[in-house]
Amino acid sequence: MRARLTALTGTLLLLTGCGAADMTKQASPFADARGARTVTLSVQSWVGAQANVAVAQYLLESELGYRVDTVQVDEVPAWDALSQGRVDAILEDWGHPDQEKRYVHDKKTIARGGGLGVTGHIGWYVPAYFAKQHPDVTDWKNLDRYADEMRTPESGGKGQLLDGSPSYVTNDKALVKNLDLDYQVVFAGSEAAQITQITRFAKEKKPFLTYWYAPQWLFEKVPMTEVRLPAYEEGCDADPAKVACAYPHTPLQKYLNADFARNGGDAAAFLKKFRWTTEDQNEVSLMIADQKLTPREAAEKWADRHASTWKAWLP
Amino acid sequence: MATVTAASLRIAPPGVLRRPAARKLLLLAALAAVLVPLAHARWASGSWPSALTVDLTGPLTRAGDWIIDNRDSHPLFLYFLGHVSNAVVVSVRAVYLLLLAAGWAGVTAAATALAWCVAGIRLALGTAAALLACGALGMWVPTMQTLALMAVAVLVSVAVGTLLGLAAGLSDRLDRVLRPVLDTMQVLPAFAYLLPVVLVFGIGVPAAVLATVVYAAPPMARLTALGLRGADKEVLEAVDSLGATARQRLLTARLPLARKELLLGLNQTIMMALSMAVIASVIGAGGLGDRVYQALASVDVGAALAAGIPIVLLAVVLDRITAAAGDTTGRRPAPRAVYAVPAALAVTVAAAVAARLSGRLDWPASWTVAVATPVNDAVAWMTDHLYSGVPVVGGTADWAGHFTTWVLDPLRDGLQGLPWWAVLLLVAAVAWPIGTWRTALTAVLALAATGVLGVWEPSLDTLSQVLAAVAVTLVLGFAIGVAAARGDRFERLLRPVLDVFQTMPQFVYLIPVVALFGVGRAPAVAAAVVYALPAVVRITAQGLRQVDPAALEAARSLGATPAQQIRQVQLPLARPALLLAVNQGVVLVLAVVVIGGLVGGGALGYDAVFGLAQGDLATGLVAGAAIVCLGLTLDRVTQPTERRTTKGA
Repeated sequence: MRARLTALTGTLLLLTGCGAADMTKQASPFADARGARTVTLSVQSWVGAQANVAVAQYLLESELGYRVDTVQVDEVPAWDALSQGRVDAILEDWGHPDQEKRYVHDKKTIARGGGLGVTGHIGWYVPAYFAKQHPDVTDWKNLDRYADEMRTPESGGKGQLLDGSPSYVTNDKALVKNLDLDYQVVFAGSEAAQITQITRFAKEKKPFLTYWYAPQWLFEKVPMTEVRLPAYEEGCDADPAKVACAYPHTPLQKYLNADFARNGGDAAAFLKKFRWTTEDQNEVSLMIADQKLTPREAAEKWADRHASTWKAWLP
Repeated sequence: MATVTAASLRIAPPGVLRRPAARKLLLLAALAAVLVPLAHARWASGSWPSALTVDLTGPLTRAGDWIIDNRDSHPLFLYFLGHVSNAVVVSVRAVYLLLLAAGWAGVTAAATALAWCVAGIRLALGTAAALLACGALGMWVPTMQTLALMAVAVLVSVAVGTLLGLAAGLSDRLDRVLRPVLDTMQVLPAFAYLLPVVLVFGIGVPAAVLATVVYAAPPMARLTALGLRGADKEVLEAVDSLGATARQRLLTARLPLARKELLLGLNQTIMMALSMAVIASVIGAGGLGDRVYQALASVDVGAALAAGIPIVLLAVVLDRITAAAGDTTGRRPAPRAVYAVPAALAVTVAAAVAARLSGRLDWPASWTVAVATPVNDAVAWMTDHLYSGVPVVGGTADWAGHFTTWVLDPLRDGLQGLPWWAVLLLVAAVAWPIGTWRTALTAVLALAATGVLGVWEPSLDTLSQVLAAVAVTLVLGFAIGVAAARGDRFERLLRPVLDVFQTMPQFVYLIPVVALFGVGRAPAVAAAVVYALPAVVRITAQGLRQVDPAALEAARSLGATPAQQIRQVQLPLARPALLLAVNQGVVLVLAVVVIGGLVGGGALGYDAVFGLAQGDLATGLVAGAAIVCLGLTLDRVTQPTERRTTKGA
């Protein structure tokens, strides 16, 4: 048995070439399938990220002659994948200071790619139809008054605060506790489940309170109003257990694999210059998520209308 | 609760004591009478005592950091894991390039020819239709990526499984060592070990292939061992008397005699690898699974279905072909099999060359059918009309609400409200009468381990969801199974439906489930029921059909009504099969717990998803371990006397 195992390992070593294997150079087996230059982009699960990637992919393929592979990964594993070179770029990062310190500062395997041009904001939202009837609901101090109406079988007698994917940044449990609200955080577990539930509520014109973020295409379909939380100040969210303030406004960032940033040629230069507005992103997102266009069709339509914007990104 | 039972037993007439179950319970009550006051005095707390927990956060976080810091420099990675990873990438790439070079025409021709040789003209036509459908859905390239990944994963699984199976089949000592290992591998929910694999190999194909091998190798190992052990004694003696060496005996007698089991093992391995192909998309495996997962992000059921259908088609085709290969055992191979391979090769090359010459190597874009929009419209219509306000019966949202309030909440609060030792006693009291003291002890220790890991409360929450889902699955499964066993036409109609439910990736029906039942534990239960139902129906129907026809005939001649036949003859005689169905139901429901975390099921499922999404080894791995422990507990509690041989059934 042992002899066979040794023989097997030996054969394996011979097959793969003796010596050290570089774990930092691990491309996808599906890349470069037809001898084309390939860029691999990571896509996170929200549609805004899909929109960035769709447009970048379309332009890289049609204008610069690359083949683009996309990989769906959650945010933190995407950083890891980026440092290993399994993906070449993250186009929309919402702020991961721990990862940034580890990979950008210490290991230097990831390089900054500049801003995306879009500013992100997380908050608590109620549907506009409900806020119109009860304008005072938009202040957190009055939320308890509506807890009864927000109750669901899952919220255990309290009001339901609907949270989304486990991969997203959230302080909601601490917020509910520290602001002493009569609410229970219910995790939908995925953005898909959360969106499905929100559209359900909206069809029935039911009141609800949800964790949500902008820019997001769903606002076009289900208009929502933000609930004012105690104002954000620099550092008020430093201790995750003691947070009692709103979420910050985050200019979203791009990150590239360090090697790719240096030697990626036109593709790297293009991705560094890629910079558009919230309206642009929403336009593409809505085509993908609501009109059910494929990301490619949506990107093509956007590119037709906004040639002046993307011409500036070309190297 | 258990002490109450015991009290009533003590005054019971002595005749009851002669029954082994009663003796076991009495013994348990005596044990409890001694141990519970001790435990209560030492750790008086309703929930799991904090003195008995071990916090693994520190060590697990350090282990995770160590791997990330040393992955690019440590010899273990440079000289071993890195090569494993590269070998996987090189082989998957080789298969993928081969498939692309053959083009859609070549691949279709090759698969059709192969199916014809192995299984006849009907399956050949079915295979061709299935592959063309994959192309027509616009999924040709992802299908080839999945096929390439599958081919490598199945090959490695078969190699690993056969080696383990040979070891277990030939040596009694190794069999004893391997059996609990294989048992555990079979109850492991795949999500539970994605995280460590990803940490070591990073996201992508190598991690996906290795996770698939862990998942898919056990059935091969188990069936190989079974086949070797089940070989006809007389034949073996005859071979021995001819003076064969051990190697000759293995190669000329034991392995050929086990051919049927080996092929069944291959079949099971392929099925499980394919079901893993989708789960592996969460860690960036690409292919069809990735398309399903990406469609989920934009809440697009139609697009998810377009990628899900090729998976179902691949599964059905591969299942039928390998099953047909297994059925021909014992018969002489058909004459066409002799020139099968060269013929298939010739056809493939001809088709590939023809496609290349005509410039049609890629699937032509104009030949695709858009299914997404009509499917989405249909789903929207359905959810709009069923969600609420249906006259008399109420809408699905109301059902979900009632189910949560009346079934899930009391069950969860009841379990969490019991003192910890009472829950353990309850498990022992259920497990011991069904199995041996060993299975009962394993069940109790496994459940206790969730407490030690510090996730007692969420584990009981998950347990309550599993119990509710299993109850629903069994009620529906037995009813449909009985109907299928009694009506041939119904069973024929049911078979493709079961195939689809069993192989359709769960991600596809997550959105409809949420749209119907809202976010929470109710949709998690619904998803689990959909996933586990086919296996329960199949095993029930099969068990009922295998009931001795003579017994049934006798009952009929005595004038028993159909209901009486079922209740008094078929069900008692099919008891082993029904127990197996219960066991399978439990294991399969638990496998979907993590999926439930994606629709608001919370508890352990959410923690496992959270760990994977945040790269948080401490949360994810502990939740995964607790799910495994729950699996062991439930498996042992429902352990039928005869060990099952396959997980997917």
